[in-house]
Amino acid sequence: MPFLLSTPRKVRRVKSTQFFRESCICYPSSFGLPESIFAAACSRSGQRVLHVDSRSYYGGNWASFSFSGLLSWIKEYQENSDIVIESSTWQEQILENEEAIALSKKNKTIKNVEVFCYASQNFQEDIEETGALQKNHASVTSANFSEAADPNCLPTEDESLSTLSCEVPAEQTSSETEIALEVNDAEETGEKGSYSDDKTSEEETSENVSTAEDTTEQPKKNRIAYSQIIKEGRRFNIDLVSKLLYSRGLLIDLLIKSNVSRYAEFKNITRILAFREGRVEQVPCSRADVFNNKQLTVIEKRMLMKFLTFCMEYEKHPDEYKAYEKITFSEFLKTQKLTPNLQYFVLHSIAMTSETTSSTIDGLKATKNFLHCLGRYGNTPFLFPLYGQGELPQCFCRMCAVFGGIYCLRHSVQCLVVEKESRKCKAIIDQFGQRINSKHFLVEDSYFSENTCSHVQYRQISRAVLITDRSVLKPDSDQQISILTVPLEEPKTFVVRVIELCSSTMTCMKGTYLVHLTCTSFKTAKEDLEPVVQKLFIPYTEMEIENEDIEKPRILWALYFNMRDSSEVSRDCYNDLPPNIYVCSGPDCGLGNDNAVKQAEKLFQQIFPNEDFCPAPPNPEDIVLDEDSLQPEAAESSAMPEANTETPKGSTSLGNPEKPSE
Amino acid sequence: MRQAGELDESVLELTSQILGANPDFATLWNCRREVLQQLEAQKSPEELAALVKAELVFLESCLRVNPKSYGTWHHRCWLLGRLPEPNWARELELCARFLEVDERNFHCWDYRRFVAAQAAVPPAEELAFTDSLITRNFSNYSSWHYRSCLLPQLHPQPDSSPQGRLPEDVLLKELELVQNAFFTDPNDQSAWFYHRWLLGRADPQDALRCLHVSRDEACVTISFSRPLLVGSGTETLLLVADQSPLIVEWRTPDGRNRPSHVWCSQLCDLPAASLSDQLPQHTFRVIWTAGDAQKECVLLKGRREAWCRDSATDEQLFRCELSVEKSTVLQSELKSCKELQELEPENKWCLLTIILLMRALDPLLYEKETLQYFQTLKAVDPMRAAYLDDLRSKFLLENSVLKMEYAEVRVLHLAHKDLTVLCHLEQLLLVTHLDLSHNRLRTLPPALAALRCLQVLQASDNSIESLDGVANLPQLQELSLCNNRLQQPAALQSLASCPRLALLDLQGNPLCQEGGILDHLAKLLPSVRSILT
Repeated sequence: MPFLLSTPRKVRRVKSTQFFRESCICYPSSFGLPESIFAAACSRSGQRVLHVDSRSYYGGNWASFSFSGLLSWIKEYQENSDIVIESSTWQEQILENEEAIALSKKNKTIKNVEVFCYASQNFQEDIEETGALQKNHASVTSANFSEAADPNCLPTEDESLSTLSCEVPAEQTSSETEIALEVNDAEETGEKGSYSDDKTSEEETSENVSTAEDTTEQPKKNRIAYSQIIKEGRRFNIDLVSKLLYSRGLLIDLLIKSNVSRYAEFKNITRILAFREGRVEQVPCSRADVFNNKQLTVIEKRMLMKFLTFCMEYEKHPDEYKAYEKITFSEFLKTQKLTPNLQYFVLHSIAMTSETTSSTIDGLKATKNFLHCLGRYGNTPFLFPLYGQGELPQCFCRMCAVFGGIYCLRHSVQCLVVEKESRKCKAIIDQFGQRINSKHFLVEDSYFSENTCSHVQYRQISRAVLITDRSVLKPDSDQQISILTVPLEEPKTFVVRVIELCSSTMTCMKGTYLVHLTCTSFKTAKEDLEPVVQKLFIPYTEMEIENEDIEKPRILWALYFNMRDSSEVSRDCYNDLPPNIYVCSGPDCGLGNDNAVKQAEKLFQQIFPNEDFCPAPPNPEDIVLDEDSLQPEAAESSAMPEANTETPKGSTSLGNPEKPSE
Repeated sequence: MRQAGELDESVLELTSQILGANPDFATLWNCRREVLQQLEAQKSPEELAALVKAELVFLESCLRVNPKSYGTWHHRCWLLGRLPEPNWARELELCARFLEVDERNFHCWDYRRFVAAQAAVPPAEELAFTDSLITRNFSNYSSWHYRSCLLPQLHPQPDSSPQGRLPEDVLLKELELVQNAFFTDPNDQSAWFYHRWLLGRADPQDALRCLHVSRDEACVTISFSRPLLVGSGTETLLLVADQSPLIVEWRTPDGRNRPSHVWCSQLCDLPAASLSDQLPQHTFRVIWTAGDAQKECVLLKGRREAWCRDSATDEQLFRCELSVEKSTVLQSELKSCKELQELEPENKWCLLTIILLMRALDPLLYEKETLQYFQTLKAVDPMRAAYLDDLRSKFLLENSVLKMEYAEVRVLHLAHKDLTVLCHLEQLLLVTHLDLSHNRLRTLPPALAALRCLQVLQASDNSIESLDGVANLPQLQELSLCNNRLQQPAALQSLASCPRLALLDLQGNPLCQEGGILDHLAKLLPSVRSILT
């Protein structure tokens, strides 16, 4: 079967309205990870995919932002602004035998947004993000292939599409009468998107910020001022969800299988940390770690190795754990030959399970999974994508686009049109009152209006993002990526997951660390997470040198918010959904991404039971191209990885995972 | 082309095509070397430099094809050895990269040692390199071994103390490191081997252990601390009797004159005067010229023999396996090994190390415990049962010798000890009565010939099939070999060389079933007075 490799730019030449009417799968949804994977799978197996989102950035709640982009995002939620352009014409489009399911225009998934700035804010009116142009190297996904392609094939007629570069204000695009199909990358639109002026938004935000310290004092040279963060804002790629990839998880397998991995680069997490008795320490988890660890006694080393070896194949030794199946994993650990020290490491840092709720089997499974992932790419089981977790949905969007999927940002959908008789969804009506027909509709749950979701109970995720000046544990090399699990004292069921990213992950500026805290909500994000933040960090102050030797890192800037966790909501909870509307959930609280992959795969198999899920794309040389699609850009897939010029050293390539064995 | 002497670039080009695909082709490498040698004379220095550079690049590409090719590594050694200004830093870098890919590539390790030696890399740097590799993966015997070569260089010991040993602070640090390794993974043998090296010690210096003079046989016998060859050249033994040097011919008891612990001078070589019973005493002195060692003994009037020896109770004697480092170090090692053994009751390396440590500390005190550990060890490692039996026999024998020494007797009881092998027989030079009955011996080995004073040998109830060692024993009078597995009268042939053998008990051996056996034996051993069958 000859594959038609059409890039979005090529598609753009088609009148979009024409194209929309033929759509097979339509997504009035954010471009989150499960949606993107599903879209890539559909597009890859020859379906026509239209992906629309009212937001101006990729990823939805899975997105990454530069610092100013994040400030804009914060502003949006703090003001609860509604950016949807209303159109009253849509009712006319509904036929007599049809009815409409209105979609929500407000995103209610984010709540309790609170920002604190501790770095000194000596206002300089002219502070601007620098390096806006260089920044494009950071956008690995969709946007880049247009830029990387031969300039000769740039279609001259649609200049509006040059929103790809930052110089052209985004407003121009939206003012076009024709619907512009943008393939912007998250940072750009996040920054310039709906907010015409970075400066104003920054200043406004600054005013909202509760200022903790006297701002008149001049910062010392080695101090980091708020202005610096603003200035280097493009160095930041701040994720809304904080996750890692298990190196033998479903997502890694999928990335390799589908060859989407070539659109991203990864780094190994370098340290697993634990917080015990007021101290942060490194958890030995691999054989080399245990050997090199200086804190454990040799006896403890043996105990730990012995227990971990047992966990590796615990199924083979049922007599060792069968008797303890009824009790919790933490109780089980007490029956094993392990010191309290080691029990803590295994429970919180390796199995990462809750003290009170996880059963022995859950704990053993989690431990086994952890160990199973060790050593594939390095001495810890986790990978982190450079430029942030928000890269991953974009990578799949890009895969989708390569196979002809169309992406529309800043394009809201007013309602779904359902045929009364068959109870099937037939079309959507967008913000311009345009009707787009499709066979299948995938909707992210945040788009449903309250009518649809009246019975749904949501859980919440508490999130905090901190910018700090040093690592929680003094690193032996300055570039460490650490994960730390801190059990909450009250309630005991919850644990707070702390992921600390260094600047070489391309998520924060040099000299700072970006810290993500995540837990299942109990109260508001700040109430949940502040106790842990206070244990690990201190607010940045202008105090003098005598405090230089304090161990704790200082917080320059902090953000708290709650995100809705709809991952456990079953489809039946929604009122009155036609069978060809599929629901996908937002991010869950877990560390891995398995949930998103499972969701996408399940949906895909439900709709296309006989299709292969995301097979590897054909080698560009093997593709038989149609006459007219014989464009150099068709070969972008092979040319792409080079577009990322500033490849940090030591990043992992997923292509050849295993080290050569002995 | 080679035969025609056409050694030019075209040969290089041709061979490179083949070697590039398969670098294991020694002939072609030889050919290349010939060409390069030829070109060396013809080319200008600039051209030559370019040629060498190309050759190094080519070698690297070959190594990528097969990183374990003997020919390629050798050729690189050869090439670098010929360069006027080799870039050693680059070579070290190359080694580091290949070792990163395969940390156990011994070809590369060899090459690295060559480079380090040529470039005179400070041992401290190389030690740091092994550190980094061990940190990454400690299952790397090459790295551990390299450490054992580097550390003595880094910490040279004063001349007086045994060579190849480490100062205590360094030793303790290394012990800690290796302990971390074997506690992390007790089944990894590389760490255990290194541990044994750390606690082991260099060979003892050559010494004369014992000097024995027998009036009856007019024979002088000596024993060395290790097997040595006594020749006629510079490495020889001088015998001085009553201040006057004697020319004697030294032989080994078995007559083979190979390197041996025990050497004796033959009867006829000693002039009668030096042994005459008229004088009140005779002084004998032997001097080992090569080792600067000597021993002296005095044969008093009326005595039939005289000797002088180092006592076997001297610590040095049997603790060759493990060192005499401060016993506190050994004690703490023993303690941690016992802790490990509690956690890993079935770990053979741990058990073996415990046994060795106990022996180094106090073989007699720990004898019972050692035997228990042997039993456990045999159960967990049945594959090496025979080796363990032999090791156990050796240790038991050593203990018995020690006990005999403490008791200051010349009688050694080794009955009912489950012995499978006899060793340290050179220590038994002075023993007159030896009881080996009720063991599992299958042979009386040639080394038994060292027992110059042996009068009674009891070896009943064993599985003995051959008697090679019961030969040339000047004092042997009684030999009991009941219930053994002697099949043929021919096996007794060697007994004929024992001049004083009078009583031979062969009951319960298969050969007794043969008809006319007594006649046969009487013919074979005419001097033996009584043979029991």
